[in-house]
Order: sequence, then C-alpha cells, then structure tokens
Amino acid sequence: MNEQLLRDLVPAVIGVLVRRGADFAPAEDAVQDALVEAVRVWPDDPPRDPKGWLVTVAWRKFLDATRSENSRRQREERVEAEPTPDPGGALDDTLQLYFLCAHPSLSPASSVALTLRAVGGLTTRQIAQAYLVPEATMAQRISRAKRTVSGVRFNQPGDVATVVRVLYLVFNEGYSGDIDLAAEAIRLTRQLAAMTNHEEVAGLLALMLLHHARRPARARADGSLVPLAEQDRSLWDTKLIAEGVDVLQTALARDRLGEFQAQAAIAALHADAQTAEETDWVQIVEWYDELVRLTDNPVARLNRAVAVGEADGPQAGLTALAELDPALPRHTAAAAYLHERAGDPATAARLYAEAAHAAPNLPEREHLTRQAARLNTQLRN
Amino acid sequence: MAKYLLLKHYQGGPAPVVDAGPMDKWTPEEVSAHIQFMSDFGARLEETGEFVDMQALMPEGAFVRYGGEGQPPVTDGPFAETKDLIAGWYVIDVESWDRAVELASELSAAPGPGGKPLHEWLEVRPFWGEPPTVTE
Repeated sequence: MNEQLLRDLVPAVIGVLVRRGADFAPAEDAVQDALVEAVRVWPDDPPRDPKGWLVTVAWRKFLDATRSENSRRQREERVEAEPTPDPGGALDDTLQLYFLCAHPSLSPASSVALTLRAVGGLTTRQIAQAYLVPEATMAQRISRAKRTVSGVRFNQPGDVATVVRVLYLVFNEGYSGDIDLAAEAIRLTRQLAAMTNHEEVAGLLALMLLHHARRPARARADGSLVPLAEQDRSLWDTKLIAEGVDVLQTALARDRLGEFQAQAAIAALHADAQTAEETDWVQIVEWYDELVRLTDNPVARLNRAVAVGEADGPQAGLTALAELDPALPRHTAAAAYLHERAGDPATAARLYAEAAHAAPNLPEREHLTRQAARLNTQLRN
Repeated sequence: MAKYLLLKHYQGGPAPVVDAGPMDKWTPEEVSAHIQFMSDFGARLEETGEFVDMQALMPEGAFVRYGGEGQPPVTDGPFAETKDLIAGWYVIDVESWDRAVELASELSAAPGPGGKPLHEWLEVRPFWGEPPTVTE
C-alpha cells in the first residue's frame, strides 16, 4: 500500500465530511481513525475506490464518536437540516483546508502542526517526532489549534500568502527524523500549486525543489556542513534542478514578482553554475536588490552584502555589511568570511571565533570553530 | 518554536532574594502548597502544548572521569556542599525567548513560607536549533 497515495486523499475526505455537516475538528479526528483502519485492512483487502472507502469509514467513525458523546440526535437533526452543499468537488475542499490550517488566528507552530495532520495526513506521533516534543504535547497543540479555528466557516476565502508561509516553515524548520519534512513540504506545495495557479506558490515550489536538489551535497557523512562553494556539484539532483527552473520560469513569465520567486531565482543561479567560480554573482546581487525591495528583510540585506563581496570584491562587501545592524544573525560570520578574502586572516580568525560563540545551531558552530582553528593554525606557522 | 531549559539550582547563581530556609523547616501545608504549585505549572505547560520534559535530581552523585588505559574510572565527590548544585529542570518548547522568560518568572513565583512567592532565581538556557534548509 502506498502510504503517500493514501495521505493525498486526506484533505478531500475531510472536506466531504465537513460538507455533510460535520464540524472540522471531529471530522478531522474521524478521518485519522479511518486512516488507521485503512492501514490495517487495505493490505489484505484493497478497496476498488479508496476515496469512497475512506469517506464511508470516516463518516461511520464520525457518527460513532458523536453517538458516544450522547448528542447523536441533535447532531443528526442538524446534519439533516443542513442544506445540501454545492458539489464543489475535492479540489475546492482541499484548498479550503489549506486556508483553514493556515488561518491568521493561529500561531505559526500551530499552523504547521495542523497542516501536517489535516492536510498532510501525518499522525500526531509522527509530527511530535519531527519536532522533538512528546506526543501528548503535540496532541494538545493540535487540539488547541482546532479549537481556535472551530468558528471559522469552511467556505470563507483564504489568503494564499499565509499558506505559503506555513509551507515554507515546514520546509525550512524541523528536525531530520523518520519523517522527511522537506519532502512532505514539497508534496503539499505541489498539491497547492496544482490547485491555485498562483505565481508565489510556484515560486515557493521552485525554491524548495532547487534547495532539495542540493541536499545530498550539503552535509558530510558525519553531519558537518559543507558550504555552497565547497559542495560536490556532481551530487546535485539535476532532475529536480531542471524541474525547479522550469516551474520558476513559468512563474516569472507572469510578471508578478514576489519574494519566493526572487529567492528561487537566486537558488537557480547557484544551481546553474557548474563550479563555484562560474557563479553569476552580478545577477545574484540584482536579485537580492529585488528581494530587499520586496521584503526589506534584514537577512536578505546581509546575504546581499556577501553577494556584493563576491561580485565587486571583499572591500565592497565589507562596506555593504557596515551599513547593517551588527546584531543580525550571522553578521559576524559574514564579516569573518569577507575579512579573510580581503587578506586579513587575523581579524577573520577572531571574528570566526566570535561568530561560533553566537551560532544558532551546532553544525554551524562547529563549522565556524573549524574556520577559526584553520586560520589560527595558519597564523602560527 | 524553540526549546529552552529552565534550570533550578539547590544553590549557586545570584544571591537569593527571599531566605526561605530549608523546606523541612516549613509547615506541612506550606510544603504541600509548593508541590501543588509545581505540579499545576507542569499541567499548564501540557495544556498549552509547550511541555517537553521535567526532571528532578537528587542532591548526591559524583564527578567521574576516564582513568586511563586499563584503569578504573576516577570518581570525585559527592559534592553536596559544592558552589553550584542543580536541583532539576523543565524543558519547554515555546514561540520566543520572551515567552521562556515569562514562564520562568511564573515558576519562580512558587510559594514558600507563609504562601509568599519564593522569587527563586531560575537559569534559562536556549537549546541549539537545527540548521535551516534555505541558506542564501
């Protein structure tokens, strides 16, 4: 049984239950229960119509649950009284679910958890493992999130921008455990892209594909980070790169630029270079200018300064860096890098050590410590 | 979300603000009220989906190190009178540093003698995060 295929059906099945009059929270619970049963029953007795099977079983689970709450009659009366919903189809239902799970009333972490469960069809245990918290904590987070959106009507139009931010978080932040969150984010973004025809959704999908393509080269076997310039580019997944570039070009052709398209364009320029030396830094700086114009994000400004250092020389990079707040994350690491390139290893070594101290994660700290150690050894000899 | 350690010390850290004396000198009601507060705090964290772990440590134990090839481990201690002694911790998973500080402050209000807040110093330490996927 293909678990991913099964999970693809989840949002549509929840949508059917909600259209039949179930509230979102019990509908979502019922579909999870149906999934558990599918995993148990399908290997020996595969259904001819998987979605129909899930709808039937989930609806029965929903009725059982409401019955056990001793409010069956009222619920069923309400369900009976409900006007027959318009047959909008699975696509609309799925899209509504994306909007609901990324509702602005939810915190980012709640949106992420709810999206992975209700849209992604992951179990609470899987999500808890992916974020290294106890299952009970994740269950609580999800049930609070469901309570928060319980008053939201299912047919309200949502904002694609909120969904895009949630999917970006799934892709970018998480632990690498049994569940491949990056692959999951790509699957959900693909699904969204197929439904929306929105250029920023396409931009995000392209960004994900282009970064995912480099994953095999990003870390050594021992988990240590390999900086972009030192990556073995023969390990990059050329198929994913081709797809990412293709998705990006289609999006850019619509001439409605957004931050994710700009980020994807930068990733595409890196992916396009056969060697680090062939990187088109001048174009990358231009895209960072666009990105800064679109978002005014300080991190984009920092990355731009590093790109300026490559395009116009380290002194120009240091000048660009000097205009930014030194408290920005990775500011010191960028300064260390540019100082080394500018021929000042003593300053670079000191800054690398300082940056290691303030690094936000262990692989980065270890990388920066090694840089400092390398330069200090050089200086001693 | 980010994980933080709320570290409770038996001793060490800045000078205590309230001299509550050892717990065995409190009244049984005061002890119960304190323990109830701690357990309510943990339950609240579970409720909000911010709980990761809670452990309390016994005061004894020892320092241990490698003794060399073929040699037994070297132990030193116990150091019940050592300058810094860890009593236990909460691990929380929260939206921000500010939220971690807010929770630590709540925990520090645990009642002591007379039901008054202990104002106990708690050490708040961030966990390392994971490297992001998107790097430029």
